[in-house]
Amino acid sequence: MNDLQVMRKRCIQNMLRLYKNANAGHIGAGLSCIDILVYLYFFRMQKTDRFILSKGHAALAWYVVLAESGKINPDLLDTFYQEGTLLPAHPPVGGTIDGITFGTGSLGHGLSLACGTALSCRYTDKPFDVYCLLSDGDCNAGSTWEAALFAAHHKLQNLYVIIDRNRLQGFGNTEEILTLEPLKKKWESFGFQVAVAENGHNFNSLHAAFGAFDNQSTKPACIIAQTVKGHGVSFMENKMEWHYLPMNEEQYKQALREITES
Amino acid sequence: MRRAFAEHIRQRAAADPRIIFLTGDLGFMALEGVREAMGGRFINAGVSEQNMMSVAAGLASEGLIPVCYSIAPFAVFRPAEQIRNDICQNKQNVKIVGNGGGYGYGIMGSSHHALEDIALMSALPGMKCYIPYCAEDVPGAVDAMLDNNGPAYLRLGTGSLATPEIQPFSAVRKILAGESVTVVTLGPITLNALKTMKEKRLEGNADLFTIGRLPCEDELETFLESVRKTGKVLTCEEHVARGGVGEYLSIQLIKHHISCRWYHHFAVGYPDGRYGSQSYHQQAGGLDAESIRETITKIIHDN
Repeated sequence: MNDLQVMRKRCIQNMLRLYKNANAGHIGAGLSCIDILVYLYFFRMQKTDRFILSKGHAALAWYVVLAESGKINPDLLDTFYQEGTLLPAHPPVGGTIDGITFGTGSLGHGLSLACGTALSCRYTDKPFDVYCLLSDGDCNAGSTWEAALFAAHHKLQNLYVIIDRNRLQGFGNTEEILTLEPLKKKWESFGFQVAVAENGHNFNSLHAAFGAFDNQSTKPACIIAQTVKGHGVSFMENKMEWHYLPMNEEQYKQALREITES
Repeated sequence: MRRAFAEHIRQRAAADPRIIFLTGDLGFMALEGVREAMGGRFINAGVSEQNMMSVAAGLASEGLIPVCYSIAPFAVFRPAEQIRNDICQNKQNVKIVGNGGGYGYGIMGSSHHALEDIALMSALPGMKCYIPYCAEDVPGAVDAMLDNNGPAYLRLGTGSLATPEIQPFSAVRKILAGESVTVVTLGPITLNALKTMKEKRLEGNADLFTIGRLPCEDELETFLESVRKTGKVLTCEEHVARGGVGEYLSIQLIKHHISCRWYHHFAVGYPDGRYGSQSYHQQAGGLDAESIRETITKIIHDN
């Protein structure tokens, strides 16, 4: 876990640098889920496991983690957001970047894609687990709940859903827009085994949540990771505007300092 | 056509374990045999077409060949974004099958009709639309669809030939040869045109083409030749004018600098808000055999 802390910091620093260079938004979303990605890619997932980012707007967090794992080279990573890049704000379609099977960006698609990928194991000789990262906004979409019904009905026990539950979505607070709570009960009633990671930025908390699952169960698994949008940067935390805003020079320096000194 | 489809897909699936069949909770009196034969490879995904299409994309990403079945309107309109993003943009080998294209579900009403499906599907990247014109044409269309690696939409309708002999399936086929006019039809409207041309002794007057696949730039030469000869084209399709085969072919003619007189019969929706059988709606758009005969006769005598 100590190595993970080092890696985590490097990924976040890299991500902030690229957001700044690109003058791009979605920083809050990246900071909300990058700890989950670091945990999955460098601790939890096996080499053959599949990952689908349903919240495509956090693509840069995924890119830096893929770069850290050697799948995207640093020169390519530096082209993020530039004219002619292979790495746009939302993940590119499958077949261009090693490790990215599905481009996403419209919410409500990822879980169905993950279901199909998980189901494929029944028909091939390729056993693997599928991890799918959802946002709060994803949980508004009807297609997500269609997929939830499907996953439970087909007993997709090789499917892990992780919800980046930062409680903010596109234009406000989730509970003021379209109430999601009681979210745990919803997923349980749809036939999932559900664990809550009380601190989705803490590797031990994430690890404990995964450890809570019954491996003998045929139910698909769901982790509700309690996260903070803009986590680790004081002026961004829990601020909806950091879904959209780019950083100015001063903000970048402060953000980098706070991450580096944390 | 639905039964011919079921029979042929069953045969192909028996020989190819990569084929996975998904249905959006439809197929009563048609897919029971497929379900029985395919066992665990037959999935009723329920009334959730959006999920079904993306699940199919996920299956395809692991090398499987999912075939997603529903009635045509439910297969294409509800999950349009899933088809565009997850199947087409991500280049997944998923086959979509829509039964009852056009006014196929007749008195069921407008929710059950698909008059804009070709327009929507053929605009998507990499998507190929397959449109067999009778039950005997279905195996060839299914083979062409399965043997091409990429997204596909198969539009099924109703109708069969009096005899089982049929030209091999292809994108553009000349079914009858004639001198005065080029007639192009889509799907089972071809049968209406065939009927009128044979019964009313119009044979010899018209080249009759059926379009089996869109896009079809690669196989247009015989059609272009025909129009150069006749200078007159009648296109009949059970689809709205916008984005249909008529509009597509007119652009091909412009590209090839071929001028002609242009006649077009197409689906006109629901004039006066009235509903009826498939034949009733076909008549409103001049797609029935009699209307086609009248227009061809007029074209011949117009000069």
